[in-house]
Amino acid sequence: MAELRALVGVKRVIDYAVKIRVKPDKTGVVTDGVKHSMNPFCEIAVEEAVRLKEKKLVKEVIAVSCGPKQCQETLRTALAMGADRGIHVEVPESEAERLGPLQVSRVLTALAQKEKAGLVLLGKQAIDDDCNQTGQMTAAMLDWPQGTFASKLTLEGDKVTVEREIDGGLETIRLKLPAVVTADLRLNEPRYATLPNIMGTN
Amino acid sequence: MAAALLRRGGRALQGFWRSQHSKTEPKPEALSGFNFELTEQQKKFQDTARKFAREEIMPVAAEYDRTGEYPVPLIKRAWELGLMNVHIPESCGGLGLGSFDACLITEELAYGCTGLQTAIEGNSLGQMPVIIAGNEQQRKKYLGRMTEQPLMCAYCVTEPGAGSDVAGLQTRAEKKGNEYVINGQKMWITNGGKANWYFLLARTDSDPKAPASKAFTGFIVEADTPGVQIGRKEINMGQRCSDTRGIVFENVIVPKENVLLGEGAGFKIAMGAFDRTRPLVAAGAVGLAQRALDEATKYALERKTFGRHLVEHQAVSFLLAEMAMKVELARMAYQRAAWEVDMGRRNTYHASIAKAFSGDIANQVASDAVQIFGGSGFNSEYPVEKLMRDAKIYQIYEGTAQIQRLIIAREHIGKYKK
Repeated sequence: MAELRALVGVKRVIDYAVKIRVKPDKTGVVTDGVKHSMNPFCEIAVEEAVRLKEKKLVKEVIAVSCGPKQCQETLRTALAMGADRGIHVEVPESEAERLGPLQVSRVLTALAQKEKAGLVLLGKQAIDDDCNQTGQMTAAMLDWPQGTFASKLTLEGDKVTVEREIDGGLETIRLKLPAVVTADLRLNEPRYATLPNIMGTN
Repeated sequence: MAAALLRRGGRALQGFWRSQHSKTEPKPEALSGFNFELTEQQKKFQDTARKFAREEIMPVAAEYDRTGEYPVPLIKRAWELGLMNVHIPESCGGLGLGSFDACLITEELAYGCTGLQTAIEGNSLGQMPVIIAGNEQQRKKYLGRMTEQPLMCAYCVTEPGAGSDVAGLQTRAEKKGNEYVINGQKMWITNGGKANWYFLLARTDSDPKAPASKAFTGFIVEADTPGVQIGRKEINMGQRCSDTRGIVFENVIVPKENVLLGEGAGFKIAMGAFDRTRPLVAAGAVGLAQRALDEATKYALERKTFGRHLVEHQAVSFLLAEMAMKVELARMAYQRAAWEVDMGRRNTYHASIAKAFSGDIANQVASDAVQIFGGSGFNSEYPVEKLMRDAKIYQIYEGTAQIQRLIIAREHIGKYKK
């Protein structure tokens, strides 16, 4: 419990409020100069991890992001929210387009083992591709239990009780740690970065 | 004091470069010459302030305006998020932000409610004399406590008989041994009834012929000092949740340790504070104007008349275009003024231009917004009538529109005389 390390994946996506435009050559959407921010579900995952740390149930919150240099901004947001460390897995711009759930889950699997994490927290899906695959694939690769679409998370000893939002309603499951949990909308309300946290002087 | 200003500007400059270097977007040519890009850190500050304004201030602003109640929960929240007291130096537990960063935050807060923004601004104005002219003990004592709890302070200069004419102040401070005894009346003091301490300007030279630059002294006065009589909360046209009061000082004793810089230095300190806070007031006016523009544009896209949406009528779209012109230009004006003072330069010319222009356009844009809303605009169920009422004070406080013109004329003509 007090030794538990939480690994939180955060993805840099186009900000939810931006009007998406397709590129003139139709090869994708316009991303140049467009506002990007942390995927909202990843924010919820970070918030949950930080809350667990404040309750002293988690020892360390490690944020991870895969992608080009700009991912560091997203990691800084995670740090400003209360994460302890940020790991940037750098992928050059040219290859970033081909980065998908399969590749990211391989990275997270390796990092979870390397950092000896006991809990992997992710957003349920990213708002740009809506894949909803990374959490599940990571759990399979690690051979860990998974609690996806979590709207409530309770850590007790070496077990985590997850209340999931599923098509038929709510389902409660209990998983033995280590486990992968993906955050759904109603899990919590993310805090915003206070100015002292942003400046890193806190 | 000029050295202190330069030091402040220098430190803010260092902070500016520090945050530039920590940026990950590699555009080195943008570091030199003109640059309209905010740094990563500034964007984050703006995001926090914006989120707070849209999610927490806006839903309750109309109610606070109706009741006139001081928005204590919002102030507490702003303090928690670090949005208040941003100028306090790091040595006293603050963030030590320059004027530019503070302006970004102020504009966002004002977008939500200028009444709240003024209450918070009252703190910055009250603290500024201590920040620029206070000695170590004064800063540690009076600025330090602001970062430990959500306290308010106030800038007490205006009197019933003297607003623009600061040299005509009547409040007197007489030296008696190691203390000063203060007698007089102040009026229209923002945060007057909520402040923990005041920056007070009083006349220490009884010679009526003494020049303003030598006759006044700045004091820090604890609000609970015997003799401080706080008047009733004034009911104003706009920014009604802000606390504005008259205060009577009757034989109020202030220790000589609470004199800023020294006897006779008060006028310069009081005016020096304005150079740093005028851009902030301008930013507040721009926040209000931007809100008015957004509300009017959204309405014009929904409302139909003569078979078409309002925006499709050129009379309306031209009105919106002019509103947009004014908002963009006012924003650039305050950014320049704030940037100048952060560079360590005297920014009086730009600060006055920013304040004068934004005060004027805020009133015009708010009035135009009401016009676009038509009958609904006049009604309290819609947000724009509050904006129009709130806007007026921007042409009055922190130097009236007329005083700003005096200053601008003097600075401008002065350049040609050299």
